[in-house]
Amino acid sequence: MTRVEHATRSSRIGVVVISVALIVLVLAPFWGDRQTLRLLAEMFTFVALASLWNLLAGYAGLVSVGQQAFVGLGGYLLFALAMLLDVHPVAAILIAGPIGALVAIPVAALMFRLRGAYFAIGTWVIAEVFRLLASQISALGGGSGISLPASVVVAMAPTRQAREFEIYWLALALAVVILGAIVALLRSRHGLALTAIRDNELTAQSIGIDVWRIKFIVYVLTAFGTAMIGALIFLQKLRISPDTAFSVNDWTAFVIFITVIGGIGKIEGPIIGTIIFFALRQTLADLGSLYLLLMGAVAIVVMLWAPKGLWGMISERLGWQALPLQRRLVTGKETGGKL
Amino acid sequence: MQWLNVILQGVLIGGLYAMFAAGLSLIFGVMRLVNIAHGDLIVLAAYISLMVTQSVGIDPINSLLIVVPAMALLGYALQRGLLNLTLGDDLLPPLLVTFGLSIIIQNGLLEFFTADSRRLQAGLIEVETFQLAQGLFIGALPLIQFAVAILVIAGLQVLFYRTALGRAFRATSDDQSVAQLMGLDTRHVFAMAMALSLAVIAIAGVFLAIRTNFDPAIGPARLIFGFEAVIIGGLGNMWGTLAGGVILGVSQAIGAQIDPGWQLLAGHIVFLAILAVRPQGLFPRISG
Repeated sequence: MTRVEHATRSSRIGVVVISVALIVLVLAPFWGDRQTLRLLAEMFTFVALASLWNLLAGYAGLVSVGQQAFVGLGGYLLFALAMLLDVHPVAAILIAGPIGALVAIPVAALMFRLRGAYFAIGTWVIAEVFRLLASQISALGGGSGISLPASVVVAMAPTRQAREFEIYWLALALAVVILGAIVALLRSRHGLALTAIRDNELTAQSIGIDVWRIKFIVYVLTAFGTAMIGALIFLQKLRISPDTAFSVNDWTAFVIFITVIGGIGKIEGPIIGTIIFFALRQTLADLGSLYLLLMGAVAIVVMLWAPKGLWGMISERLGWQALPLQRRLVTGKETGGKL
Repeated sequence: MQWLNVILQGVLIGGLYAMFAAGLSLIFGVMRLVNIAHGDLIVLAAYISLMVTQSVGIDPINSLLIVVPAMALLGYALQRGLLNLTLGDDLLPPLLVTFGLSIIIQNGLLEFFTADSRRLQAGLIEVETFQLAQGLFIGALPLIQFAVAILVIAGLQVLFYRTALGRAFRATSDDQSVAQLMGLDTRHVFAMAMALSLAVIAIAGVFLAIRTNFDPAIGPARLIFGFEAVIIGGLGNMWGTLAGGVILGVSQAIGAQIDPGWQLLAGHIVFLAILAVRPQGLFPRISG
């Protein structure tokens, strides 16, 4: 009798460490000041965005440089729903997900006609189209953008502090749910197929995996999550404009940097990457454009000489995994387990 | 007559888009590399021309004599020193490295030249026009630009099918390892292709900069125009790329005529429509 086991000793430790970290983070409003909460909430959104991009590019091989299309879409949905239809902002975030997925279906059908690197630029065109369309909506401020009216903001929670706590917990919850969903997906049958596609697409196809279908599902699910995060980001910012909502720098370049530095194709990569990215930003942001230049250079160096990123190097050298994702066959005698 | 004018202007700007596209198409054909920094390199060429015209005191058209070789040299070095390292079975490294390059060029230009928008002054040819028919005017500059685009594409065509270097390009494109067995140094062939691509970029960049204002941030949009022209025209067909550029130019011109806000949108929508009904492009690889 044999069965598949996911956990290893490192992943058991990992799960404990992550659980403790999670408890500390949930309690952050009681130990952190306003600045810390804002920074942490921003980090959660980047962890989520990078994890979604990692799923797309690192596992499904769909290298998109146009995910800002869905971040912006989510942001604009929040504003449209809250301002024009009087939907509660939190409900708007939840609605943004399915609408994002719905929009992603025709987009994927069109973009999947482009191969490899041309797919990447194609997604960028889609984001540009969304940006130009958004600047045509005069009810949402057209090209110059609009702020969320005070009445909508006040409706969320009576005091500023309560509101900030609410947004913080919302960001944490959303990031955890998205990460959890990705882990669940990767542990499922489809996850095995995805990992096979990551390692060798041609072989995956030849053993009977419907590569197109899996990629399509991943693209649509990613859009679901990305649109929700987009709505959340612009609830934090309280102001939206086409250029900030569909910014390739903010929502794609930074996200790629985070994933590449942390380790692409590894679930832990985006978390490590986000911590490094924010540490760099806090120390070097005063340099302005030089800082971005430096970031581009670091990304190139990592891509060429450490293509698996920081977590990739750690897990290769030490065999660690922070989350139980590996599959090992365990024979029945050792454990007495059942299939 | 007004519409005829609009369409004619669209056709002429299409030549510029075809030049953006030609360099992109060339390196994709030879080494399957898509250069995300392509648009930023166009802008870089414009700034080099600006520096040359200011320091040497020649007009922008003559500055091509310096800008083209300089960019070609940069292309060769870039490919030998950096991009050759990224080529392989994996799609990700070339894509991400050129993406990083794009960020470096954009922010480097921003640091060095600030965000002010600039323009190259080419003197009289900028304003000279001919009257083709009653109410139908054609500018000297757009006409020269279109003629140059045709020359560039014809030149690339001749180079590809009539010269030893072109044979090396085609051989490497068909089968890299066999080309290597036949004694071709693919690292050199790739570098030559990138040098040629950047030479075309240099011409495109200078004409762009005479025509409109430019600043460090306009590169990505030029990459997208070039990419759209390539896909509309069909992969691997240089004349198709010219047709793609013209179709894009005309769509944008018509869109702008309807509503200024629709200029770019109209181009993108025509591109997406063609992708939907004819994903291989209008004139896919007719030969080679």
